[in-house]
Amino acid sequence: MRLKSLRLREAKEYTFVAVFLVSIVAALGTLAILLGSVVSTALPYLRPEVVLNYASAINPLEAGYAAAIVGTVWLVALPLLFSIPLGIAAGVYLEEYAPRNRLTRLFEAGVANLAGVPSVVFGLLGLALFVRLLRLGPSVLAGALTLTILVFPYVVITTQEAVRAVPQSLREGALALGATKWQAIRRQVLPAGAPGLLTAVILAASRAMGETAPLIVIGATFFQTFLPGDVLDPFAPLPVQIYGYIGLPRQDFLDLPPRNGILDPGEVLLPNGGWPGVAAAGIVILLVILFAFNLVAIIARNRLQRRRW
Amino acid sequence: MSSDTAGLQARAKLKGALASLGPRFVWTAGETLVRAGLFLAAAFAVIMAIAIALSLLGPTVSFFGEISFFEFFGGIVWSPDIPIDGSLRFGVLPLMVGTLMIAGASSAIGLPLGFGAAIYLREYAPGRVREVVKPVLEILAGIPTVVLGFFALLVVSPFLQSSFGASFFSGANAIVVIGIMIIPIVSSLSEDALTAVPTDLRDGALALGATRFEATTRVVVPAGLSGIGASFLLAFSRAVGETMIVLIVAGQHIRLHFDIFDQMTTMSGFIAKRATGDVPSGTVVYDALFAVGFTLFVMTLLLNLASDRLRSRFREVYE
Repeated sequence: MRLKSLRLREAKEYTFVAVFLVSIVAALGTLAILLGSVVSTALPYLRPEVVLNYASAINPLEAGYAAAIVGTVWLVALPLLFSIPLGIAAGVYLEEYAPRNRLTRLFEAGVANLAGVPSVVFGLLGLALFVRLLRLGPSVLAGALTLTILVFPYVVITTQEAVRAVPQSLREGALALGATKWQAIRRQVLPAGAPGLLTAVILAASRAMGETAPLIVIGATFFQTFLPGDVLDPFAPLPVQIYGYIGLPRQDFLDLPPRNGILDPGEVLLPNGGWPGVAAAGIVILLVILFAFNLVAIIARNRLQRRRW
Repeated sequence: MSSDTAGLQARAKLKGALASLGPRFVWTAGETLVRAGLFLAAAFAVIMAIAIALSLLGPTVSFFGEISFFEFFGGIVWSPDIPIDGSLRFGVLPLMVGTLMIAGASSAIGLPLGFGAAIYLREYAPGRVREVVKPVLEILAGIPTVVLGFFALLVVSPFLQSSFGASFFSGANAIVVIGIMIIPIVSSLSEDALTAVPTDLRDGALALGATRFEATTRVVVPAGLSGIGASFLLAFSRAVGETMIVLIVAGQHIRLHFDIFDQMTTMSGFIAKRATGDVPSGTVVYDALFAVGFTLFVMTLLLNLASDRLRSRFREVYE
């Protein structure tokens, strides 16, 4: 091999480190610009009305997210209720019970591929299966079941990781003391893996909270003006309602049309073009809920994680 | 009071009856029951994957009963609602080309950036930097796509309009933002692949006089290549399936062209735009949605299977 001068090699080194650094800065910079632009657009609309009022497609100053926030609570709580027990059970089976055979490999392939299906396709499944075949209509329940299937593989994979990380000695100790296999899992493995299981909950809730496309496909309502109080009520969770506001044409003045660039006495100049400001306010609400949830869960996880082997 | 005692008596009786079968029986019966329950839960994923395939397949089959295979995959005009020259057109190529162009170009942005970030974080970054950057990348990964779409409309679109003469809605908007979206996916998975390469290999290269960059590019990256390739395929598959960003900023015109600064629509974007819960079942448009969905499903499935294959088949096991 021909030897290049060390100085040349070092120059190459520094160049590429700079390139790698640029990648990081690009990602972090985007995040900063994103948060900055969203918050500054939202600022004039971050008033109590935006949380308390129902949605409106007429006046941005009176538009709010009351039904959307309640819809989001439904569409996070129900999918968690369904997918967490089911997903943990599946993860425990795959890690603790499953024999190494073709069927097990099929199950694992099923989980992996379900995780890779585009979310909009889950919407088509929900439309065909829950909305039409089971005649649930575009209801809270149809949306929740669709999201349950969507988050299920994430719960399974996270559970598997959590259970795998529990040392074998814990199981052997329990079995040696006369516990049955299930007793050992329920009393030793699952409590020891609790921080990982909590991660599964965070992940599932975050996914359910941010999903938009599948819910649009199954027929989520935009601009709902009553609180969904029943599982068969229509629903419009936060991301869907945000999309609803994004879709409205930009409206800089109230009381359109005739304008000709001059403000009529009755016209109100809207801050940030009206609807973009309302959409941004909804995004702030969504991100605050999302981050708060993650923060609480991470703190809880760190508390649980104190124990070390 | 009396019902309480009756309940207690009944419970004692049951306990006695079970005990007479012997503790081993109770245990094994319970264990079998639990095992069966867990087995069913594990089967749920496969059942649902099959349910997806079947629910897509039904309308897809009836779609191809009306529209020929050749017209769907070979046609260059997509007009499912407005008849052109007296008939509705179902040529999927405009959607397919839009999908591949947006996914391809966003991957050209996101894959190198994500990979560069992974190399920096794994091979160069001091511990303190890692501790700050990794959670921030996780935050970026957790941002809902509807938010990224809004960001594209608010910041990226005005920028591209003024500097590239792009239209308000354009494929380029979606490309930039989807590129950013996949950075954390690639960086986290590629970093896992680099972490799996044993330190001995790095140390060996460094001991032989390689610079860190040489050790990384000639030893560490080749050793982790299968995992890195798998992360690229997975990120590309995510870009192919991305919906909200396309729906918000890429535009609605469905026309076969290759200008990224003009309006473009992808397969997922069309599905979310057209399927709004009230499309009547049994119509050709309803079936067309599922035919497009099925095509999308198969495309991403193949990508994911390839990614899985790559990861498990070419994984070098170091002890």
